[in-house]
Amino acid sequence: MIEKETRSQDDVDLPWQVVVHNDPVNLMTYVTMVFQRVFGYPREKAERHMLEVHRKGRSILWSGMRERAELYVQQLHGYLLLATLEKVS
Amino acid sequence: MCSSCMGISSSQRSKKSVDMEICRREDKLEISELDPFLAELLRQIPASTNPEGAPAAEKRLFSPPADRSKTEQCSEWKLYVEPELRRLFRTATETVAADLEQLNGNEKPFANRKLRIPTQHADAWLNALNQARLVIAAKYNFSDGELCDHYRSPIGSRRDLGLFQLNFYGFLQEFILREIDGCSEKTSD
Repeated sequence: MIEKETRSQDDVDLPWQVVVHNDPVNLMTYVTMVFQRVFGYPREKAERHMLEVHRKGRSILWSGMRERAELYVQQLHGYLLLATLEKVS
Repeated sequence: MCSSCMGISSSQRSKKSVDMEICRREDKLEISELDPFLAELLRQIPASTNPEGAPAAEKRLFSPPADRSKTEQCSEWKLYVEPELRRLFRTATETVAADLEQLNGNEKPFANRKLRIPTQHADAWLNALNQARLVIAAKYNFSDGELCDHYRSPIGSRRDLGLFQLNFYGFLQEFILREIDGCSEKTSD
Protein backbone atom coordinates (compact mmCIF):
# COMPACT_ATOMS: atom_id res chain seq x y z
CA MET A 1 0.00 0.00 0.00
CA ILE A 2 2.77 2.40 0.99
CA GLU A 3 4.69 1.43 -2.14
CA LYS A 4 1.67 2.22 -4.29
CA GLU A 5 1.27 5.64 -2.68
CA THR A 6 4.93 6.44 -3.24
CA ARG A 7 4.67 5.47 -6.87
CA SER A 8 1.62 7.63 -7.42
CA GLN A 9 3.42 10.55 -5.75
CA ASP A 10 6.32 10.02 -8.19
CA ASP A 11 3.85 10.03 -11.06
CA VAL A 12 2.69 13.46 -9.94
CA ASP A 13 6.25 14.77 -9.55
CA LEU A 14 7.69 13.33 -12.75
CA PRO A 15 8.38 14.50 -15.49
CA TRP A 16 9.84 17.96 -15.11
CA GLN A 17 12.67 19.11 -17.27
CA VAL A 18 15.48 21.60 -16.90
CA VAL A 19 15.86 23.62 -20.09
CA VAL A 20 18.76 25.95 -20.88
CA HIS A 21 18.20 28.68 -23.46
CA ASN A 22 20.70 30.34 -25.78
CA ASP A 23 22.39 33.54 -24.75
CA PRO A 24 24.82 35.22 -27.14
CA VAL A 25 26.90 36.70 -24.32
CA ASN A 26 27.87 33.66 -22.25
CA LEU A 27 31.07 32.02 -23.43
CA MET A 28 30.85 28.47 -24.80
CA THR A 29 33.66 27.30 -22.53
CA TYR A 30 31.91 28.85 -19.53
CA VAL A 31 28.59 27.15 -20.33
CA THR A 32 30.36 23.79 -20.75
CA MET A 33 32.05 24.22 -17.36
CA VAL A 34 28.73 25.05 -15.71
CA PHE A 35 27.06 21.90 -17.13
CA GLN A 36 29.96 19.80 -15.86
CA ARG A 37 29.75 21.33 -12.41
CA VAL A 38 25.99 21.42 -11.92
CA PHE A 39 25.08 18.05 -13.45
CA GLY A 40 28.41 16.25 -13.08
CA TYR A 41 28.43 15.50 -16.80
CA PRO A 42 31.66 14.47 -18.50
CA ARG A 43 33.12 17.12 -20.79
CA GLU A 44 31.89 15.46 -24.02
CA LYS A 45 28.28 15.35 -22.81
CA ALA A 46 28.46 18.89 -21.47
CA GLU A 47 29.84 20.11 -24.81
CA ARG A 48 27.08 18.29 -26.71
CA HIS A 49 24.43 20.10 -24.67
CA MET A 50 26.27 23.42 -25.00
CA LEU A 51 26.33 23.04 -28.80
CA GLU A 52 22.65 22.11 -28.84
CA VAL A 53 21.85 25.29 -26.94
CA HIS A 54 24.01 27.27 -29.34
CA ARG A 55 22.58 25.77 -32.55
CA LYS A 56 18.97 25.03 -31.65
CA GLY A 57 18.37 27.75 -29.06
CA ARG A 58 17.66 25.36 -26.21
CA SER A 59 18.59 22.02 -24.73
CA ILE A 60 16.95 19.78 -22.16
CA LEU A 61 19.67 19.16 -19.62
CA TRP A 62 17.88 16.94 -17.18
CA SER A 63 14.45 15.55 -16.43
CA GLY A 64 12.97 14.02 -13.32
CA MET A 65 11.46 15.01 -10.00
CA ARG A 66 10.36 18.60 -9.57
CA GLU A 67 12.28 19.35 -6.39
CA ARG A 68 15.62 18.37 -7.89
CA ALA A 69 14.84 20.14 -11.15
CA GLU A 70 14.12 23.34 -9.19
CA LEU A 71 17.45 23.03 -7.43
CA TYR A 72 19.25 22.64 -10.77
CA VAL A 73 17.49 25.69 -12.22
CA GLN A 74 18.46 27.71 -9.15
CA GLN A 75 22.11 26.62 -9.50
CA LEU A 76 22.12 27.50 -13.20
CA HIS A 77 20.76 30.97 -12.43
CA GLY A 78 23.55 31.34 -9.89
CA TYR A 79 25.92 30.94 -12.83
CA LEU A 80 23.79 33.45 -14.78
CA LEU A 81 22.55 31.00 -17.39
CA LEU A 82 19.07 31.32 -18.86
CA ALA A 83 17.39 28.25 -17.44
CA THR A 84 13.76 27.30 -16.98
CA LEU A 85 11.77 24.55 -15.41
CA GLU A 86 9.16 22.99 -17.68
CA LYS A 87 6.63 20.26 -17.22
CA VAL A 88 6.66 17.72 -20.00
CA SER A 89 3.36 18.11 -21.78
CA MET B 1 56.75 28.94 -12.11
CA CYS B 2 54.51 29.86 -15.03
CA SER B 3 52.15 27.18 -16.35
CA SER B 4 50.72 29.32 -19.14
CA CYS B 5 50.99 32.80 -20.49
CA MET B 6 49.11 35.00 -22.94
CA GLY B 7 49.23 38.65 -23.96
CA ILE B 8 46.86 41.46 -24.95
CA SER B 9 47.45 45.00 -26.04
CA SER B 10 45.15 48.01 -25.82
CA SER B 11 47.21 50.08 -28.22
CA GLN B 12 48.74 49.70 -31.64
CA ARG B 13 52.05 47.93 -31.58
CA SER B 14 55.18 50.00 -31.48
CA LYS B 15 58.74 49.21 -30.54
CA LYS B 16 58.20 50.71 -27.09
CA SER B 17 54.81 49.16 -26.28
CA VAL B 18 54.63 46.32 -23.76
CA ASP B 19 51.71 43.89 -23.97
CA MET B 20 49.75 42.89 -20.91
CA GLU B 21 50.74 39.42 -19.75
CA ILE B 22 48.65 36.98 -17.82
CA CYS B 23 50.27 34.01 -16.12
CA ARG B 24 49.71 31.43 -13.46
CA ARG B 25 52.22 31.70 -10.64
CA GLU B 26 51.67 28.95 -8.10
CA ASP B 27 48.37 29.71 -6.34
CA LYS B 28 47.81 33.06 -8.03
CA LEU B 29 46.81 34.32 -11.43
CA GLU B 30 49.04 37.23 -12.26
CA ILE B 31 48.19 39.99 -14.71
CA SER B 32 51.25 42.11 -15.35
CA GLU B 33 52.15 45.06 -17.59
CA LEU B 34 48.64 46.41 -17.18
CA ASP B 35 48.63 49.81 -18.83
CA PRO B 36 46.51 52.54 -17.15
CA PHE B 37 43.65 52.05 -19.63
CA LEU B 38 43.31 48.30 -19.03
CA ALA B 39 43.80 48.84 -15.28
CA GLU B 40 40.90 51.30 -15.36
CA LEU B 41 38.73 48.76 -17.21
CA LEU B 42 39.48 46.26 -14.45
CA ARG B 43 38.60 48.84 -11.79
CA GLN B 44 35.28 49.27 -13.58
CA ILE B 45 34.23 45.61 -13.07
CA PRO B 46 32.29 46.12 -9.79
CA ALA B 47 30.48 49.21 -11.10
CA SER B 48 29.71 47.45 -14.39
CA THR B 49 27.82 44.67 -12.59
CA ASN B 50 25.23 47.19 -11.38
CA PRO B 51 22.06 46.92 -13.49
CA GLU B 52 20.46 50.03 -11.90
CA GLY B 53 18.80 52.30 -14.41
CA ALA B 54 18.75 49.60 -17.09
CA PRO B 55 15.62 47.46 -16.80
CA ALA B 56 16.88 45.14 -19.58
CA ALA B 57 20.02 44.39 -17.57
CA GLU B 58 18.05 43.78 -14.35
CA LYS B 59 15.72 41.49 -16.30
CA ARG B 60 18.65 39.55 -17.72
CA LEU B 61 20.43 39.05 -14.38
CA PHE B 62 17.22 37.98 -12.70
CA SER B 63 15.42 36.09 -15.42
CA PRO B 64 12.28 34.09 -14.55
CA PRO B 65 12.60 30.36 -13.82
CA ALA B 66 9.64 29.45 -16.00
CA ASP B 67 7.29 30.79 -18.61
CA ARG B 68 5.86 34.08 -17.31
CA SER B 69 2.38 32.60 -17.49
CA LYS B 70 3.34 30.42 -14.51
CA THR B 71 2.70 33.31 -12.15
CA GLU B 72 2.73 31.33 -8.90
CA GLN B 73 6.07 29.74 -9.70
CA CYS B 74 7.56 33.09 -10.73
CA SER B 75 6.32 34.95 -7.66
CA GLU B 76 7.62 32.26 -5.30
CA TRP B 77 10.99 32.49 -7.06
CA LYS B 78 11.04 36.25 -6.62
CA LEU B 79 10.28 35.89 -2.95
CA TYR B 80 12.61 33.05 -1.97
CA VAL B 81 15.29 32.51 -4.61
CA GLU B 82 16.01 35.96 -5.98
CA PRO B 83 17.32 37.34 -2.65
CA GLU B 84 19.74 34.39 -2.50
CA LEU B 85 20.93 35.13 -6.03
CA ARG B 86 21.40 38.81 -5.20
CA ARG B 87 23.48 37.82 -2.18
CA LEU B 88 25.58 35.43 -4.28
CA PHE B 89 26.25 38.04 -6.97
CA ARG B 90 27.05 40.73 -4.40
CA THR B 91 29.54 38.48 -2.58
CA ALA B 92 31.33 37.69 -5.85
CA THR B 93 31.52 41.39 -6.73
CA GLU B 94 32.84 42.29 -3.26
CA THR B 95 35.60 39.66 -3.56
CA VAL B 96 36.65 41.10 -6.91
CA ALA B 97 36.50 44.67 -5.58
CA ALA B 98 38.78 43.68 -2.68
CA ASP B 99 41.30 42.08 -5.10
CA LEU B 100 41.20 45.21 -7.25
CA GLU B 101 42.39 47.35 -4.30
CA GLN B 102 45.90 46.33 -5.39
CA LEU B 103 45.51 48.68 -8.34
CA ASN B 104 45.09 51.69 -6.05
CA GLY B 105 48.71 51.82 -4.90
CA ASN B 106 51.07 54.77 -5.01
CA GLU B 107 52.70 53.96 -8.34
CA LYS B 108 53.29 56.73 -10.84
CA PRO B 109 50.03 57.66 -12.63
CA PHE B 110 51.11 56.28 -16.01
CA ALA B 111 53.11 53.29 -14.81
CA ASN B 112 52.01 49.81 -15.75
CA ARG B 113 50.41 47.82 -12.94
CA LYS B 114 50.32 44.25 -11.73
CA LEU B 115 47.36 42.37 -10.28
CA ARG B 116 47.47 39.06 -8.45
CA ILE B 117 44.27 37.04 -8.12
CA PRO B 118 44.28 34.15 -5.62
CA THR B 119 43.10 31.00 -7.45
CA GLN B 120 40.48 30.42 -4.73
CA HIS B 121 38.85 33.67 -5.93
CA ALA B 122 38.56 32.35 -9.50
CA ASP B 123 34.85 31.49 -9.18
CA ALA B 124 34.05 34.94 -7.81
CA TRP B 125 35.91 36.51 -10.73
CA LEU B 126 34.09 34.33 -13.29
CA ASN B 127 30.77 35.30 -11.74
CA ALA B 128 31.48 39.04 -11.49
CA LEU B 129 32.92 39.17 -15.02
CA ASN B 130 29.83 37.39 -16.31
CA GLN B 131 27.52 39.80 -14.47
CA ALA B 132 29.43 42.73 -15.94
CA ARG B 133 29.36 41.32 -19.49
CA LEU B 134 25.61 40.61 -19.32
CA VAL B 135 24.83 44.06 -17.93
CA ILE B 136 26.99 45.84 -20.54
CA ALA B 137 25.44 43.78 -23.38
CA ALA B 138 21.92 44.53 -22.13
CA LYS B 139 22.61 48.26 -21.64
CA TYR B 140 23.95 48.71 -25.17
CA ASN B 141 21.65 46.12 -26.72
CA PHE B 142 24.49 44.76 -28.87
CA SER B 143 23.48 42.73 -31.90
CA ASP B 144 24.76 39.19 -32.46
CA GLY B 145 27.03 40.58 -35.18
CA GLU B 146 28.58 43.12 -32.81
CA LEU B 147 29.09 40.46 -30.15
CA CYS B 148 31.11 38.42 -32.65
CA ASP B 149 33.24 41.43 -33.63
CA HIS B 150 36.28 40.92 -31.41
CA TYR B 151 38.59 43.23 -33.32
CA ARG B 152 36.64 46.50 -33.62
CA SER B 153 39.12 49.34 -33.72
CA PRO B 154 39.62 52.18 -33.03
CA ILE B 155 37.37 52.94 -30.07
CA GLY B 156 35.38 55.95 -31.24
CA SER B 157 32.31 55.99 -29.04
CA ARG B 158 30.91 54.87 -25.70
CA ARG B 159 29.34 51.96 -27.54
CA ASP B 160 32.72 50.87 -28.98
CA LEU B 161 34.22 51.16 -25.51
CA GLY B 162 31.41 49.01 -24.11
CA LEU B 163 32.13 46.34 -26.72
CA PHE B 164 35.88 46.45 -26.01
CA GLN B 165 35.16 46.15 -22.28
CA LEU B 166 32.86 43.18 -22.88
CA ASN B 167 35.51 41.44 -25.02
CA PHE B 168 38.29 42.20 -22.56
CA TYR B 169 36.28 40.70 -19.70
CA GLY B 170 35.53 37.67 -21.90
CA PHE B 171 39.25 37.26 -22.56
CA LEU B 172 39.89 37.22 -18.80
CA GLN B 173 37.12 34.69 -18.29
CA GLU B 174 38.65 32.41 -20.93
CA PHE B 175 42.01 32.58 -19.21
CA ILE B 176 40.57 31.85 -15.76
CA LEU B 177 38.54 28.95 -17.17
CA ARG B 178 41.64 27.50 -18.80
CA GLU B 179 43.52 27.70 -15.53
CA ILE B 180 40.67 26.10 -13.54
CA ASP B 181 40.46 23.35 -16.14
CA GLY B 182 44.22 22.79 -15.96
CA CYS B 183 44.00 22.50 -12.17
CA SER B 184 41.13 19.99 -12.22
CA GLU B 185 42.95 17.85 -14.82
CA LYS B 186 46.08 17.84 -12.66
CA THR B 187 44.00 16.89 -9.58
CA SER B 188 42.25 14.05 -11.38
CA ASP B 189 45.59 12.58 -12.61
